[in-house]
Amino acid sequence: MTTAPAPSPGIAFSINGRGVRAHVDPMRRLSDVLRDDLGLTGTKVGCEAGDCGACTIRLNGRQVEACLVPAAQVQGLALETVEHLAAADGTPSDLQAAFLAHGAAQCGICTPGMLMAADTLLAANPDADAAAIRDGIGGVLCRCTGYVKIVEAIAATRDARRAERVNGSAEALANTGRAVGTAVGSRLEKVDGLPRVLGTARYGADHQPEDALTVRAIRSPHARARFVIGDLAPLRSRHPGLVDVFIASDVPGQNRYGIYPTGKDQPALASGIVRHRGEAVLALVGEADALAAIQDAELPITWEPLPAIRGLDEALADSAPTLHKASPGNVLIRGRLATGDVDAVLAGSVATADVEVETTWVEHAYIEPEAGFARRVGDRIELTVSTQAPYMDRDEVALILGIPPGDVRIIPTACGGGFGGKLDLGVHALIAIAAWRTGRPVRAVWTRPESMAASPKRHPSRIRATAGIDADGRLTGYRFHGDFDTGGYASWGPTVANRVPVHAMGPYAFDAVLATTRAVYTNNPPAGAFRGFGVPQASIAHEALMDELAARVGQDPLEFRHANALRAGSTTASGQRLEASAGLRACLEALRPHWIRLRAEAAAHNQAAGEGAPLSGTRRGVGIGAMWYGIGNTALANPSTIEMGVTPDGGVVLFCGAVDIGQGASTVLVQIAADALGVAPSTIELVSGDTDRTADAGKSSASRQTFVSGNAARLAGEDLRRQIQRLAEVGDDAVLTFGSGVITAVEPGGRSTDIELAELPSVPVRDRGAACVLAGRGTFDPETTPLDADGQGVPYQTYAFGAQIADVEVDPELGTVKVRRIVAAHDVGRAINPTQVEGQIHGGIAQGLGFALMEAYVPGRTENLHDYLIPTVGDMPEIECLLIEDPEPSGPYGAKGVGEPALIPTAPAILGAIHDAVGVRITTLPASPDRVRAAILARA
Amino acid sequence: MAYVRPARLGEALLALDAGGPGGAPWVIVAGATDHYPARVGRAPVEDVLDVTAIDRLRGITAVDGGWQIGALATWTELVETPLPPIFDGLKAAALAVGGVQIQARGTIVGNVCNASPAADGLPNLLALDAQVELTSRGGARIVPAGDFVIGNRSTARRADELVTGLFVPAPWPGTSARSVFEKLGSRAYLVISIAMVAAFVEIDAGGRIARARIAVGACSEVAQRLPALEAALAGRPAAAATAVLVEPDHLAHLTPIDDVRGSAAYRRDAAVTLVRRALERVLA
Repeated sequence: MTTAPAPSPGIAFSINGRGVRAHVDPMRRLSDVLRDDLGLTGTKVGCEAGDCGACTIRLNGRQVEACLVPAAQVQGLALETVEHLAAADGTPSDLQAAFLAHGAAQCGICTPGMLMAADTLLAANPDADAAAIRDGIGGVLCRCTGYVKIVEAIAATRDARRAERVNGSAEALANTGRAVGTAVGSRLEKVDGLPRVLGTARYGADHQPEDALTVRAIRSPHARARFVIGDLAPLRSRHPGLVDVFIASDVPGQNRYGIYPTGKDQPALASGIVRHRGEAVLALVGEADALAAIQDAELPITWEPLPAIRGLDEALADSAPTLHKASPGNVLIRGRLATGDVDAVLAGSVATADVEVETTWVEHAYIEPEAGFARRVGDRIELTVSTQAPYMDRDEVALILGIPPGDVRIIPTACGGGFGGKLDLGVHALIAIAAWRTGRPVRAVWTRPESMAASPKRHPSRIRATAGIDADGRLTGYRFHGDFDTGGYASWGPTVANRVPVHAMGPYAFDAVLATTRAVYTNNPPAGAFRGFGVPQASIAHEALMDELAARVGQDPLEFRHANALRAGSTTASGQRLEASAGLRACLEALRPHWIRLRAEAAAHNQAAGEGAPLSGTRRGVGIGAMWYGIGNTALANPSTIEMGVTPDGGVVLFCGAVDIGQGASTVLVQIAADALGVAPSTIELVSGDTDRTADAGKSSASRQTFVSGNAARLAGEDLRRQIQRLAEVGDDAVLTFGSGVITAVEPGGRSTDIELAELPSVPVRDRGAACVLAGRGTFDPETTPLDADGQGVPYQTYAFGAQIADVEVDPELGTVKVRRIVAAHDVGRAINPTQVEGQIHGGIAQGLGFALMEAYVPGRTENLHDYLIPTVGDMPEIECLLIEDPEPSGPYGAKGVGEPALIPTAPAILGAIHDAVGVRITTLPASPDRVRAAILARA
Repeated sequence: MAYVRPARLGEALLALDAGGPGGAPWVIVAGATDHYPARVGRAPVEDVLDVTAIDRLRGITAVDGGWQIGALATWTELVETPLPPIFDGLKAAALAVGGVQIQARGTIVGNVCNASPAADGLPNLLALDAQVELTSRGGARIVPAGDFVIGNRSTARRADELVTGLFVPAPWPGTSARSVFEKLGSRAYLVISIAMVAAFVEIDAGGRIARARIAVGACSEVAQRLPALEAALAGRPAAAATAVLVEPDHLAHLTPIDDVRGSAAYRRDAAVTLVRRALERVLA
């Protein structure tokens, strides 16, 4: 029998074939032992509750979650982590190589756990079929990929191993896009992919400076309350490990941040009043263990709970308290678009249809909770954090610390998923203040419940819409009003309120439109940016109406959409003429044969199941959703600047401020820059995101990095090439080679010219540490105009279009819905990297499926990943991607964007398919089994 | 806080008898799959008795009159152990608990002791008429599974007792017995049940139902048997069509709640369907 503290033998076990002895608390989570004590940070932590599987390792031959294993229990056992998979020289294993080749790692945070699950599966079952693969990785959540390419990579590894057993050699995986001039359009492996599959990529929580302190936020348990913080001296004397404690009045600069210069309403630490559950009121700084030992009851905080505004109706009631002085009546902002006389047009329509839609909070549920560290360097501060928006972070931190933006450096870590959630400040404010005050590095890693309580969500919405048609089935008018619950603080509420009216009517031509929106303050969680900025919510309404109107005129839903689709030459409701690259009709045409076939199959299934009520046996249905989405900011400047330099030794460096959050921006921008300069992608060294070393490329949001930063990268590459051509006195057809200290330009005739780089003067780039002798610079800002009071103008330079078909099976007696298949057609202008594009589509579909069927955040109730459900591998349908390339003339090599567009049509297609299957239209999301069942019963 | 990991049952029972050094009862840990999720972001404060080194608590073995499931038997071990068809329902539940990682670590006994209303194990153990073996310094006592769990997160275990195993009785000689499990959740893996049903039947040589035990989980604080239905089934032909006997009234004593996974009305309605389907399968 042993009693803590562990006596000196410690806990002896074998890790990755090496014997170790750990002297730790016997109940310490094995995940913490691996990461914090043994430095094996390849094993990731996503929830500490066995819900996500990110920490999956192998223990005595079985996959287990390291977060659920007491350290003492591994005494005498053998365990393996992701670090075990690659060869000692860093050569990835076949499985890791397959993950890389198939694009199975996007953000990569689930990859180590996924690899360990898959590796364990294939070891035990070398012939695992698709179902066995799903079972084998069913305990690991991925939020990026929709699991499609993960399953493909595992199956490919299985097949290659099988072939090797049979033939003695494995088939080499094809490498493409590596030759000069072939990068764009190729399936180049992710340029930042190798560390992700090796487990060596460093995310926010993987940076653990030796002498770092931790900051722990104390958060409000109340949605609305006044509070008083009493004398902190007793707490400090009781806990000597507590190095610093600070409150709102200690914030060095302005205790206020927010996305919009005019809407900075959110404090780093609340001052006397809290406006949502989970708001931080007090910060404790010290050694992590010392902080963890402080119980909530010891904190001298006196709460006076106030009646909380729980929803839109309460917020808009005359009697409602005003939550922010600047917004009497609790309306943060209104959006409006008006064209034509919608009342008259609807009155003159032969048929109209109405719909009411209600959606709830959706949590980003990136598998990497917010994390990072800050350190003070003289009068500057450096933040190493997981983020989507380094430059916005820089400016916000500067305001909070009261120092110039140039004195803040943001160094983005590998980002374990963003989806809009890491466009807001996470750990930033408190680590920055703590490091500034203490002079020591300070880190923070939010727990999953903390992340869920404190981070913004997708806006809950309540939408009413009406659409009309004329006798020919042509759309006439669209009236829309949407209220969006922006919670206690503005966050990205204004963006939603402004973006939604432009897109409210969907990708269709109307004679008249009136679309209005409000973002409303409540005491709910702040709602911010989430893949689509309100457009996914609005799409539920317009697609329900398209189905309804098509039925009224007896038209096929796909053909009805095709007939009414926006196209080149159309004028949008905001008065913008679409000149090119409006490929919705091409998407629908590509879907048409699938549509006809799947509808026929569903009808045959249902006929075999028999008619009559009550329905028994499963019913199948097929639905369609269509979308459009403006790329980049709405009618606001949205520039991106990228530099490309040549170092004296002949290195080519892309200084790229765009952050790769897993979506593949780094790869796509390298591909574009490579072709623009005329080099192989492998020639290019990438400097990414660091605000001291790159120019501002804007945030990774609004599906803009391929289009906006892609243009900047192309211009930078072309600028650099022009300079080289001028120096070498060669033309566009010269082939450039970057050697050691020399650039060689070879013309088609064979004439070769050398540029000796040592002879060139150095040229400045933003990265002051980099010596460059040549530098190209590209800046691109989409051509937009401000919108007038009626929302008229040019809000975006280009739009993505797409449509998806969902084939579902409904169990009418239980109300459960299984999505069997999705066929997705997206007009991306040009697929710079088809693997990345497909990955975005797969992941968008997974999130759209979750939005449609299962995701519902309830404040205070679902702050974990077992009550808040996101799709697992077993929930994913078969997916077929049809890439439509209707080139955008202003895009880099014709490209637009696909990140958000992929998610938007999924939920409408699924809801339409449910209607097709069982005749009920679900418009309150999610279409959970109880809602579907209730609707079926109500209809019967 | 203290931590002990005794290798002998006697040591564990002594410790339990003495109570935790901190003055509160020991928290007993085996697979820890419910222990840690309840303590995210919290500093450990409890005295922990880790029973995983007690070898005699391992294994699933045939014993006189039935089977013994040791307190350390995991879901994966259950699935991998060759067992008669009466265990099919419990095995199906094993494959529906969490993901494979949880199944490899979590124990069946732990699932029962955690006493969640949504525990996938309990309805099956009720249908199997399983008994819980509680051991203390004073000796052992046997409690029917249905009496062991007395409420949400509450069991009949005294602080000085350890659940050392479960006993599953063999079916009546001369009958053919089997079981099934139906689980309803909102996603494919890693899902907490909205409702679930376990059905066990013994079928006599004449093809009639000698005995049926049906239990519904996640529709009341503690999983419940359906005695009226069981009585109605006795003597009926063992054929899928017999499932039409299921009436909502048979489930009238359930007390489902509204929560994030579903409404009470939905649970009641879905449970009837699940019971009928379970019977269709187990009688087919």
